[in-house]
Amino acid sequence: MKLALHIWRQKDSNSEGKFESYQLDQVSPDMSFLEMLDILNEKLISEDKEPVAFDHDCREGICGTCSMVINGVAHGPQGGTTTCQLHMQSFKDGDDIYIEPWRATAFPIVKDLVTDRSAFDRVIQAGGYVSVSTGGVPDANATPVPKPIADLAMDAATCIGCGACVAACKNSSAMLFVGAKVSQLSLLPQGQVEKGRRVIKMVSQMDSEGFGNCTNTFECEAVCPKEISVSNIARLNREYIAATLASDEES
Amino acid sequence: MSWVSRPLNSSIGCKVIMSVTGLLLVGFLLAHLSGNLLVFAGEEAINLYAKTLRDYLPILWLLRIGLIVMAVLHIFSGVKLTRMNSKAKPVKYKVKQSVKASFASRYMGLTGLVVLAFIAYHLAHLTFRFTHPAFQSLGDYDVYKMLMLSFSNPVLAIGYCICVILLMVHLSHGVSSLFQTLGINHKKYNGLIRSIGPALSTLLAIGYLSIPLSILLGFIK
Repeated sequence: MKLALHIWRQKDSNSEGKFESYQLDQVSPDMSFLEMLDILNEKLISEDKEPVAFDHDCREGICGTCSMVINGVAHGPQGGTTTCQLHMQSFKDGDDIYIEPWRATAFPIVKDLVTDRSAFDRVIQAGGYVSVSTGGVPDANATPVPKPIADLAMDAATCIGCGACVAACKNSSAMLFVGAKVSQLSLLPQGQVEKGRRVIKMVSQMDSEGFGNCTNTFECEAVCPKEISVSNIARLNREYIAATLASDEES
Repeated sequence: MSWVSRPLNSSIGCKVIMSVTGLLLVGFLLAHLSGNLLVFAGEEAINLYAKTLRDYLPILWLLRIGLIVMAVLHIFSGVKLTRMNSKAKPVKYKVKQSVKASFASRYMGLTGLVVLAFIAYHLAHLTFRFTHPAFQSLGDYDVYKMLMLSFSNPVLAIGYCICVILLMVHLSHGVSSLFQTLGINHKKYNGLIRSIGPALSTLLAIGYLSIPLSILLGFIK
């Protein structure tokens, strides 16, 4: 198939970017989206042009590195999928495809489609951990966890931190990410020690990184490759309200 | 007082203010509508209602002050959150496709602004009576005549209807959304929460629209 690609090109974080158009022929519907970009880059290199910079790593849909908004949807038209797991069969011969980087103040563009998502790391550093006793390995199942709660925690923990929630949100809100990260720990007995402090610290870090606020449009849930539920945002709100109003740790 | 100011300045704190004040303002809309519907019971009923409100002026003012505080907090937090949000996403996508977001949820700021302009006009029209100097001579309690004179004018009646519809678009998202903000989300009652916004705003719309339309079409004379 033949495609017209319109890709955001930006030399570095300080330069002005613009869209450039490329014609790509002989694209196989079996290619993944990133393989299609690889072909484009080979062509650009052979023409002595600068290849398109984009983030990718595992190409198995589990690392959360690949990140692009394809025709206005983060990770492209196929739901519950990262860009690397999107295949060209989702497109038609002769399609125009617009490829843009994640757009958010908290995710500055490094080059072309590559953004700096270390704001997420700093949110995790602020409180996304649990205290454990070092020493002997604890017995498996020594701490009982009800199965439905374990499932909820596991569902939240499938978040790969790709940032699609922020990219899709009209406010660049990170609340689906923060909600998932708070939930995966606070649902489990191991996460109780820091429960109140965690949510306060992670939310204040989230705010100071310059993410926006949730207006409950739920676009994040719709584009999340791991289909993280917005019920995690409600849990985040609930815990934040409880921690700020009724925490016994604070005076 | 940092335990008060810090959460209130946070993103979630501002949103909690939005939702609580929004909920109370919806309560006002219900009370306001229940009074307005007395127009269908006739001239005497609605004018007596207006007179009774004025007879208990201190209570009326207490409610009004509460209402003003709610509205100011709602607008103040809304402006603050909107500013944070536009700073968080200064560059828009060239192509943007909404996957799930409803129309109402995407234009809360816009519908809110229209409602604000409407409230300003509504107060100038029926409370302060600036726009219709003729109303000044009607005496304090002749709500019935004010309504008849106003809504027999098609421009005013239809303008009012459009603003009410936009207010209800605002509420159809806002009412369902405030539960999520307050952390109320559970699969047992998520279906109810999702439908309460559209359902309540449809009911309010029917109630509020029935008055100008009945007057305009001559059902109330």
